[in-house]
Amino acid sequence: MQISVTVNGVTYTHDVEPRLLLVHYLRDVLNLTGTHIGCDTSQCGACTVLMNGKAVKSCAIFAVQADGAEITTIEGLARDGQLHPVQEGFWEKHGLQCGYCTPGMIMTAVDILQRNPSPTEEEIRHAIEGNLCRCTGYQNIVRAIQYAAEKMRSGS
Amino acid sequence: MAVTKMFGAAVKRREDPRLITGRGNFTDHIQLAGTLVMAIKRSPHAHARIVRIDTSKARAMRGVVAVYTGQDLVDKLAPVPCAWLVPDSDLKVPPYRAVAVDKVRYVGDAVAVVVATDRYIAQDAVDAIEVEYEPLPAVVDQEKALEPGAPQLYDEVPNNLAFHWKLHAGDFDAAWDAAEVRISRRLVNHRLIPTAMEPRGALAAYNPGTGELTIWCTSQNPHVHRLLLSSVTGLPETHIRVIATDVGGGFGSKIPMYAGEMIAAAISKDLGRPIKWIETRQENYVATIHGRDQVQYVDIAARRDGTITGVRVRAYASMGAYLSTAAPGVPTWLFGLMLQGPYAIPVVHCDVYGVLTNTTPTDAYRGAGRPEATYLLERMIDLLARELGMDPAEIRSKNFISKDQFPYTTPTGLTYDSGDYEATLNRALELVDYQNLRREQEELRKQGRYIGIGFSTYVEVCGLAPSQAAGDMGFQGGLWESATVRVHPTGKVTVFTGSNPHGQGEETTFAQLVADELDVPFEDVEIVHGDTDMVPFGMGTYGSRSTAVGGAALVHACRKVKEKAQRIAAHLLEVSPDDLVFENGRFFVKGAPDRGMTFQEVALQAYLAWKLPRDIEPGLEATHFFDPVNNTFPFGCHICVVEVDPEIGKVQFRQYVAVDDVGNVINPMIVDGQVHGGITQGLAQAVYEFAAYDENGQLLTGSLMDYAVPKASMLPSFTVDRTVTPTSVNPMGVKGAGETGTIASTPAVVNAVIDALAPFGIDHIDMPLTPERIWRAIRERSR
Repeated sequence: MQISVTVNGVTYTHDVEPRLLLVHYLRDVLNLTGTHIGCDTSQCGACTVLMNGKAVKSCAIFAVQADGAEITTIEGLARDGQLHPVQEGFWEKHGLQCGYCTPGMIMTAVDILQRNPSPTEEEIRHAIEGNLCRCTGYQNIVRAIQYAAEKMRSGS
Repeated sequence: MAVTKMFGAAVKRREDPRLITGRGNFTDHIQLAGTLVMAIKRSPHAHARIVRIDTSKARAMRGVVAVYTGQDLVDKLAPVPCAWLVPDSDLKVPPYRAVAVDKVRYVGDAVAVVVATDRYIAQDAVDAIEVEYEPLPAVVDQEKALEPGAPQLYDEVPNNLAFHWKLHAGDFDAAWDAAEVRISRRLVNHRLIPTAMEPRGALAAYNPGTGELTIWCTSQNPHVHRLLLSSVTGLPETHIRVIATDVGGGFGSKIPMYAGEMIAAAISKDLGRPIKWIETRQENYVATIHGRDQVQYVDIAARRDGTITGVRVRAYASMGAYLSTAAPGVPTWLFGLMLQGPYAIPVVHCDVYGVLTNTTPTDAYRGAGRPEATYLLERMIDLLARELGMDPAEIRSKNFISKDQFPYTTPTGLTYDSGDYEATLNRALELVDYQNLRREQEELRKQGRYIGIGFSTYVEVCGLAPSQAAGDMGFQGGLWESATVRVHPTGKVTVFTGSNPHGQGEETTFAQLVADELDVPFEDVEIVHGDTDMVPFGMGTYGSRSTAVGGAALVHACRKVKEKAQRIAAHLLEVSPDDLVFENGRFFVKGAPDRGMTFQEVALQAYLAWKLPRDIEPGLEATHFFDPVNNTFPFGCHICVVEVDPEIGKVQFRQYVAVDDVGNVINPMIVDGQVHGGITQGLAQAVYEFAAYDENGQLLTGSLMDYAVPKASMLPSFTVDRTVTPTSVNPMGVKGAGETGTIASTPAVVNAVIDALAPFGIDHIDMPLTPERIWRAIRERSR
């Protein structure tokens, strides 16, 4: 089936198999390998991207379902060489160790802060439940998201 | 070593820019033209004879290039080796074929392999392979596996007993007879699944023209994998290049040599095409190692004043269906040697039975043996305290090896390098405000609310070394680490390290060390790891050894470089090397600071070599293999405070305080992060995670839907603090921080929950302390 998808501002048209997952389309067809795969049951959230502005797990969506959609992946988050405040927060607050869950975690955090610019620690912990990290114990991820929230509030 | 500007600084990680922008170099990101995808057909039975395999439908599918059975690979791959041959234990290593030939022995054992043009087709073809099995009775429980009449996994291993290891230090019978108090318990340290977020995988590319194999794979120890790949494929080491640049977590699970990587290498050689294999998470859960899984019978002998006079342990360790690479060393040396913990216990008596069962093989998982020893001791000392009516802090303090006893030789033959156990305990008591907390506990109990305070005082062995000890323990390798420091003509520095960090941040901490040693800008130092063609040799990252051993290797290499630079500078400045001072990146003549040259100027001269004397070689680099004289022994005290709701058995975390002593700290931000993650994994064992099998050997927790990896909302924030007691084992005085959290936290959490349940007369529940188990325990006591 032919699909047309805008990814990080660039529109692509491809013939894809109906069963091709969006995450494999991004990784194998578009070579955007920043979106990771950590499970096969949609639990880990490593593959999280923004679809029409909302966080989705790209392993739970067929590429054909993204026809006509706007997708933002981790590669498209920084603008003009400037890190997104969430990316900056993860760097500043040591919100990552191995970095494998990180792209998905960052995309989820972007979505959270769009919906709730001043989340409490409890709200953050609840909101990132769909993303698993095995290295950090989440403490510094929470701090990274708090850092970004503060930066985005003061910047706007 | 002088504490200069980078050592001790919370420098932001240089790994992060690529990882936060989606530009990491993980194995599955590497793409080569002409790559075929490999998928593995796995056994659904825990124990069965393979009667027939029909691959015809799979072979006929469009896009399928080849299908291999175990028989097809017998001549192409030698059995998976076991690399820890524990001596004096009657060890029997059964043959471990990468793809099963006649029999499968656990759910997940490989039975056939498909190679196709894409992953979807490969998976379809796996499903199209028909295997006829004759199911055999399975045995899952290690105690049952030793009983007469139990199903037998191998003819070569009678009674499924792979080894019986003994460590008897002192006369336990005498201690037991003389004891005023005796405590005996059966404790279960259950099975866990490591769950690194990046599953395992490999991209193997054999070049038929040169006969060389390049393999990108998820490895904690690329050189060790090169050696093992050489032994199973028959390719010389010189023709194998292993690359593992970014690795998405390991926790021990990426140390062993596994079937998947070996098969990819053999098939790439067979077909002359690049082969990529990336496991799914469900494959990871059955075919990557599990951890822990011991049943322990423990006896503690003590005096009425709380002094422990002896500990005896009989442990049954489930090894799974095969002996994984380092597996026999885990429940033996790494467990038994630490059975006195931080206490001056004079007698340790340990018997370990390594038992084969129809389950996924077990091997080193974060802590590896030390969590099992620490949990046992910390649980038993609480039981003893309760028996004697003593405070758990007081009984620990009473038994501590005191500060003035270091270096301390344990009955098991270790030499603890340095320590001040009392200091970590006191600091932790202060941080939780212990006396007030106990008062609050009393008050709340009157209101029908149950909070509990749990302690864990621990010491662990890490920076695993020296090589001679490794040999004595039957480890088939050395335990040194190497580093090459290369100074370029511009004065910029490349370091090649044999450590292979996979989240620990050594690209940053190692650069901090070099910047200090050579007094060059941090930005001028490049750290290279994870490529066997670049790094001379390395033993890898595990056992909290990278900084203590690998970091020390590079510090020594830096000092060799500096010594040569000083000789060159002295020659050019026409003075003796002893007349030079090195400060702020510059050599100058004592008393004449104007006569000098910068480190960068010396580097350039070393490469120009226009004015070098004949006895100084051009160039400026040095290699050092560091083999420490001893291990290091970090220690600390963790205190956990929980509230238990007796109506539903739920555990709520109120507070968690960790006071660790890992010696000097190069980057406190990174060490804090290691401690957070470590605590989380140990805490998860206490209350959440459990690899459950049914009696037929089916893994019931076979996916992330069923296995309880903790989410952010299931955890508290941790208060992390430190004391600093340096070691003299390495020039930096560092001990290692990768495993302390995991080793300490499990008993702290369990002890807290059991303390909360004391009013119900409960003194032990086996982990994990799920609401159901707690609720049942309360109900049983209330009847």
